[in-house]
Amino acid sequence: MIKEKDYLNNIAEQCLSKSNKLGSTDASVMVMHSVSEDVSVRNRKLDGSRRSENLGITLTTYIGKKKSTISSSDLNTKNLDGLINRCVESTKITPEDDLNSLADKELYFKGDKDLDLYDETVLENKKKIEYINEAEEEAFSRKDIVNTNGSGFSQNKSNFILANSSGFSDGYKTSQFTAYCEVVSKNNGSMERDYEYSSKRFFNDILKPKQLGSKAAELALKKLNPKKIKSEKLNIIFDKRIAKGFLSSFSSAISSSAFAKGTTFLKDKLNKKIFGDKINIQDKADIKKANGSRYFDVEGVKTNPLDLVKDGALNDLLIDTYNGKKIKKKSNGRASGSSNLYFLNGDLSFEELLNSNKKLLYITETIGRGSNIITGDFSVGASGLMVENGEFSYPVSEITIAGNLNNIYKNISLANDLEFNYSTNSPTMLVEGMIVGGK
Amino acid sequence: MSDLLKNSNLSLDTADKIVSDTLHDCDDGELYIEDTKFETVTLDDNKIKSSEYSIDSGYGFRAITDDVIAYSHSNEISEESLKKSSKNLKSTLKSKKGTYNSEIKKTNQKFYNDIDPIETKSLNAKIELLNLMNEYSRSKDQSVKQVSASFLGEKKNVEILRPGGELLKDSRPLVRINISMMVEKNGRKETAVYGVGGRQSYDEYLKDGSWKKLCDEAFRIATTNLKSKPSPAGEMKVVLGPGWPAILIHEAIGHGLEGDFNRKKTSVFHNLVGRRVASEGVTIIDDGTIDNRRGSLNIDDEGTPTEKTVLIEKGILKNFMQDRLNARLMNTKSTGNGRRENYKHIVLPRMRNTIMLNGTHTQEEMINSVTKGIFAVSFGGGQVDITSGKFVFNCTEAYEIVNGKIGAPLKGATLIGDGPSSLKEVLMVGNDMMLDPGIGTCGKSGQGVPVGVGQPSLLIDNMTVGGTQL
Repeated sequence: MIKEKDYLNNIAEQCLSKSNKLGSTDASVMVMHSVSEDVSVRNRKLDGSRRSENLGITLTTYIGKKKSTISSSDLNTKNLDGLINRCVESTKITPEDDLNSLADKELYFKGDKDLDLYDETVLENKKKIEYINEAEEEAFSRKDIVNTNGSGFSQNKSNFILANSSGFSDGYKTSQFTAYCEVVSKNNGSMERDYEYSSKRFFNDILKPKQLGSKAAELALKKLNPKKIKSEKLNIIFDKRIAKGFLSSFSSAISSSAFAKGTTFLKDKLNKKIFGDKINIQDKADIKKANGSRYFDVEGVKTNPLDLVKDGALNDLLIDTYNGKKIKKKSNGRASGSSNLYFLNGDLSFEELLNSNKKLLYITETIGRGSNIITGDFSVGASGLMVENGEFSYPVSEITIAGNLNNIYKNISLANDLEFNYSTNSPTMLVEGMIVGGK
Repeated sequence: MSDLLKNSNLSLDTADKIVSDTLHDCDDGELYIEDTKFETVTLDDNKIKSSEYSIDSGYGFRAITDDVIAYSHSNEISEESLKKSSKNLKSTLKSKKGTYNSEIKKTNQKFYNDIDPIETKSLNAKIELLNLMNEYSRSKDQSVKQVSASFLGEKKNVEILRPGGELLKDSRPLVRINISMMVEKNGRKETAVYGVGGRQSYDEYLKDGSWKKLCDEAFRIATTNLKSKPSPAGEMKVVLGPGWPAILIHEAIGHGLEGDFNRKKTSVFHNLVGRRVASEGVTIIDDGTIDNRRGSLNIDDEGTPTEKTVLIEKGILKNFMQDRLNARLMNTKSTGNGRRENYKHIVLPRMRNTIMLNGTHTQEEMINSVTKGIFAVSFGGGQVDITSGKFVFNCTEAYEIVNGKIGAPLKGATLIGDGPSSLKEVLMVGNDMMLDPGIGTCGKSGQGVPVGVGQPSLLIDNMTVGGTQL
């Protein structure tokens, strides 16, 4: 069972009072507990079960402008005292940094917690196994699905308290249910794999087993017997699950730490057009039941909604207290990064995107690191499907796609099929004029 | 005598009783207890960011019968917690009956010393050196705009308790020193990262001013990239430099030779033992026994001593890398490749130091033989799809080769290839084998473990280069 608030609070208070006694002028502590129970299945047979229980603290102590951090999973009182002592001693010899401080008091989250982030449902392992067996059953009912890489179900519950010496103390429970199915297709000596997964805060919101299995099978089958294509300049459509990756690199590129150090290709672009006029990006932490929703960040600062990109212009950044001071801006509750980050819908239908050119490449998977946020260079390995006259014609693999994010951003068009399946979400995306490396 | 149970209410006897009781009807399993201390000291943007220190201890209790793994872990090391885990494992495996194989090889060999690298250098001394590295780097040239440097130190103590009270121990130090630099000239920015590390004290890598070499190397790569031009796209010949580029071997071939993917028949290599998978000149080993290397281990995380495993000999596939589970199911022996990131994770067959051995050619010969191609000196990250065999790499230092000569540096080049066919396309194997500087971390199923790689220069006939220049 997940530890209750009082238990976590008690540990947090011990840490704060002990640090104070040892000479810290300020301190902040996070106490977390999580329990996860997972099963995995392969070829419709149980492959394994796993139970994980983690209790831990992260403590940061300040002496004036000096700061040091420890974390530990060993909460035995004697060891904990030793650690707090070590943290304060390290703080004493760490050089001063004028910008070190807790967050501004007036920015702290205060208010009701009504985002519905915790589902009480507890599933027995037997139930999880049935769920995922049914997904594999469905996948194996398709011709040419010959194997699985493993499928699984996990149930995670966690609770935490964040407390600091200037009076902030709050926390809440969250839950996460995840089901995945990864299958292998084989035909004429060609072997491919693909997967589908669904992860939601509420059990009832995850994909039903049959949908999960049939989607995974469909994707793995579509990839069979791929061709390699010639190197050329092409318009590229990114499937939603790939398109959202552009938001992840975007969020690193607009963090206040990258701006403060100048280590981002967007450094001089605040309030300037970086995308086409129709592109809008929001980061909204208060969507009910959503995977990225939260009340406050790791500093206790309220995570307000942000219009990061408005009509193509970079309108705001992801800001924490320390780096915010460097760039003379207040924290907007993003010390833990973005929350629910998404492109707003575009005005084209999925079919219109497919028909936007006689020949297009539809990318379903990329491998490799991809984006260099300092230079904006983008280059990944990819596989997908060729689209000719609006129809999927044949699978393509072992190619690369490359460009620079400055240009890519300006050439994005979006479909109107946004869904909130992950914590970053994008509609299907068209990028015109990317370089494909092939034969 | 257990060192890691000392601070708990759990005696070795009681632990053994619970372990023996839980596992007696199973094929395999153990209680894995771990205690890890970890520190990072980082300098960034001219300031010591902060020092961070963490302690993580806990246990992972594993029971296996047939191919079913039951696992339960907790950071509460106590009798109550272990009993709860035992109940959990028994419930998963209740319908199965196995035969425990208590046989495990023993070793007294040590490939690194039992030191605590965090304590062997004071925090003050680390801070002082980071400041020196920062000042030295910035004084090299006005183009140096950002410097970030860090010390990462770890001491991990591991105990493996098998039924019958057999206790196997390892004590593993690990350090890594990193420097990254951003340079800017005429409005253009480039970065470079360089690092060193292994299972010794920090000072082994820093003494006699060798910290300056780290800064010099990062500066050299970053300024080279300032002059880089867009990379070509398409198929061409590729010369790989010695050392770190061997992560290509790790991705393209290594992962596909791990026992689990082959037992499950999802690797393209699963039916190729005894067959030619590489050119005649290619011999690849996975070696856990090299002194003080990042990927070396005295025993693996199941207690099996590590060894030097021949994977490919003169182009012929010889062996897979095995943990106990996959070895048992494939009727072979563990090769000491059973590893886990920490007590929170199940054991998987993982690489240690994966190395291609020397051939007879010189790097110069290789470059001279290429009319149009690229010379890849260093890579950032890489990734592989085991099932289709496709792998990809991002070059962080690469040059064009034109008419047998090294030309301009290239920016943003990606290499993509097909694992099983790429090693058949090796035209020349160099005589300049080098190990990497000790910086690799391999990711698999969400678990990162330290690894090493090594290789001589290689000439590959045909690979697809991804760039922006058609």
